Amino acid sequence: MSIAQSYRMRLRRKRFQARSWRKHFELKSVTNRTKKIRSLDILLFSTLRDEKVRLPYFLEYYRDRGVAHFLIVDNGSEDGSREYLAEQEDVSLWTTKASYLKSRFGVDWLNWLQRKYGHGHWTLVVDPDELFVYPFCDTRSIRALTDWLDVSQVRSFGAMLLDMYPKGRIDQVQYRAGQDPIEIASWFDPGNYTISKNNQYGNLWIQGGARARVFFPDQPKKAPALNKIPLVKWDRKYAYVSSTHMLLPRGLNLTYDEWGGEKASGALLHVKFLDTFTSKAAEELKRKQHYAQSSEYKAYAQSVQENPELWCNWSEKYINWRQLEILGLMSKGNWA
Amino acid sequence: MNVGIVMLVHTAFDRAEQVARHWSKAGCPLVLHVDQNVHNKTYNGFVESLSDLPDVRFSKRHRCEWGTWGLVAATQDAAQIMLDEFPHVGHVFTASGSCMPLRPVQELQDYLAAHPKTDFIESVTTADVPWTMGGLDEERFTLRFPFSWRKNRFLFDKCVKLQRLVGYERKIPNGIVPHMGSQWWCLTRNTLTSILQDPDRPIYDAYFRRVWIPDESYFQTLVRLFSTRVESRSLTLSKFDYQGKPHIFYDDHLQLLRRSDCFVARKIWPYADRLYEAFLNAGDGNAQRREPNPGKIDRIFSKAVDRRVHGRSGLYMQSRFPVAGRENGLTCAPYSVFEGFSDLFEDFETWLAKQTGARVHGHLFAQEKAEFADGLPVISGALSDSAALRNYNPRAFLANLLWNTRGERQCFQLGPRDVIKEIEWDISKDINARISVIAGAWAVPLFKSSASFVEVRREAARLQQIESKHLEILKSQWTKAQVKIWNMAEFIEAPMEPLQGIIEEVAREGSGLAEVPKMVDLTGFGQFLQNLRNQGMHPYLMGNFPVIHDTAEPQKPKPKPYLVQ
Repeated sequence: MSIAQSYRMRLRRKRFQARSWRKHFELKSVTNRTKKIRSLDILLFSTLRDEKVRLPYFLEYYRDRGVAHFLIVDNGSEDGSREYLAEQEDVSLWTTKASYLKSRFGVDWLNWLQRKYGHGHWTLVVDPDELFVYPFCDTRSIRALTDWLDVSQVRSFGAMLLDMYPKGRIDQVQYRAGQDPIEIASWFDPGNYTISKNNQYGNLWIQGGARARVFFPDQPKKAPALNKIPLVKWDRKYAYVSSTHMLLPRGLNLTYDEWGGEKASGALLHVKFLDTFTSKAAEELKRKQHYAQSSEYKAYAQSVQENPELWCNWSEKYINWRQLEILGLMSKGNWA
Repeated sequence: MNVGIVMLVHTAFDRAEQVARHWSKAGCPLVLHVDQNVHNKTYNGFVESLSDLPDVRFSKRHRCEWGTWGLVAATQDAAQIMLDEFPHVGHVFTASGSCMPLRPVQELQDYLAAHPKTDFIESVTTADVPWTMGGLDEERFTLRFPFSWRKNRFLFDKCVKLQRLVGYERKIPNGIVPHMGSQWWCLTRNTLTSILQDPDRPIYDAYFRRVWIPDESYFQTLVRLFSTRVESRSLTLSKFDYQGKPHIFYDDHLQLLRRSDCFVARKIWPYADRLYEAFLNAGDGNAQRREPNPGKIDRIFSKAVDRRVHGRSGLYMQSRFPVAGRENGLTCAPYSVFEGFSDLFEDFETWLAKQTGARVHGHLFAQEKAEFADGLPVISGALSDSAALRNYNPRAFLANLLWNTRGERQCFQLGPRDVIKEIEWDISKDINARISVIAGAWAVPLFKSSASFVEVRREAARLQQIESKHLEILKSQWTKAQVKIWNMAEFIEAPMEPLQGIIEEVAREGSGLAEVPKMVDLTGFGQFLQNLRNQGMHPYLMGNFPVIHDTAEPQKPKPKPYLVQ
């Protein structure tokens, strides 16, 4: 990496920061309880729209694992998500009706919030349909993980997106508020992921899983990226580049070992495919606010009409993190 | 005689207080040292919180950074206070704020009373320790280290390099032999007094002050001068990982720690409530005299380090993506690749599967789709047979296939008609691949085909070119796979031997060949080749076939399959 390239990356990072500053004017504070944040708290950042049914479980899941404060951007919800979140004592809420697309899928908004409130904290950036799983998550809190990462002088922690889906039609079972979505969407693809390295940013690009298998068997290149780096010891100099797939400075993207060893990593159980998905896909297709002209949603809408079943004979039923570690989807690294 | 605890504290004061109370309750006098870096307010609060306990002293505060003299100075001062103020103390035990007694203190006291003259301190010469940090072992005693290793690695390394370059070497005073070991030890009053009262102590102090990581060598070296009996092991269970930082214990280690029978463990995560609850509030009911046995914990932690350093061969995932050459095998298990066999033998796959019990796929890299065994559209790991998905990353496809089917031998067919360009190098460089080639057998389907001869000729030329390039790769110096190549003529001359070899290799147990796969009827094949030759295409890979081929036995059409005992 030459000096010129490094400098270009620096400029790019500055540009993202300037952009997030510009975009922050779109945000309107609903409730700001950030005064409650104490110096070692683990913070969760999220953008959402019309996710009320998921919120009770989502908040409970992360509270249990030691998240102390939620900083959430509501992108014009109309289902009462905003009102529900405003009542929660550990949530600070902003709202905006501005374009999700033009804020680069919420990244600009969250970059700004992280810069302002996340400096010096471990920050977790997840969507309401993503459940963070990490080694020993059944017995140790996220704080145990971040303490260990601190001691190991590691600043970022990777967790790949694992698409979860139900057996049978996606819309067969109705999801009730507060229910563990894994009870319904309990299956995943265990061993069909492909990885290549992004030389520009140094991150890995992972594709595959159920979505590649069912929606993109003929255009694998278009299959969604599954690599994510959701947990970062934030510094105001950092910026997410595209969703939580990669960051700048590039060193934060090196969540993998290149010399044959394994670094510790986790997974984000992606419980998008519940009964709510069919209507959501139709709506998102109309709004055209998603990546690559919502091509993903186009593919979904087509296949979903025909036969919304992602399950196959070789799907694996989720048990716990140890199962994911044995399958080689995540790793304990040297954390014991 | 009693045991006195010297405790070095720098964080988690509530836990340190809890542990101090535990020691004190059992009648152990304590001398505490608090890092100078700690805020005065915190320090005063800590002193205050322990003010109700008898026999607790606080020693002069030193700045304790990792690997610096401050830690030794702090220990010296605290130990001196211990010796001066508590005359009934027979052993002095060093501990940190994050150490926790795992067995009732009484058991430790009894154990030490039973070994009144023994010093428990890990003390080994540099030649014997595998765990030196930063590649320095003896040099840590003969070089100077003006820069911090943690904060200023660059200058630290440069400085070491420079000293090596000019051949600088410090003199070790009085011919002492440097020893190293854990800083958590338990020394007798006699030994400790001798070390602290030694008239040469200023010389040693001045020397060790400039040694790298003196807290792991000062007492460990000097104990050898005075001790009558050194037991070179620490009573504190303390494991270090490959970066030299201690492993941390959490709630889920409870059973493991219980079974270790060690007296004290470090480091305990300050929020491990269950551990603190279990060990500090335990009654001393099951007092049995057992020797500490950290073997099981050792295994768990060394496994973890191995996972971090070597990883699982043949696995590509989000946190293991080795650069070329560091994979330790592209794939995770041996597999067999057959080229030309399914052209020459009818139903070769079924036959091989029956003979060996292995999973035999068709052409995995066929143009149309991956021909999985039994024609399945999706197999283990939810791997799809879509050609597009496979061609998107053929290397990952193969690695995934083998990873997903661990424990079951995989075999597949390959040939010049397949999409081999992207994968042939990977396979040939894979140490797990067992490749068997019948060169030229691709001509057999052409021979059987009813296409016009012009087309056949063109196709034959194309396939031969592909295969000849492919064979060059298999014969190249970079090939790590086990490769066997026969040309077709020599293979059909005596097919039994190679087939037997293949079966043995695949099935491992050399059960005799019960049945030979049925070979395609090759009558007229020699003439076919000659026709190609006549058309100007020179088929050479299959070897020499006479125009009227005197067919060897197995390829003759026979009413019954050929049997071998």
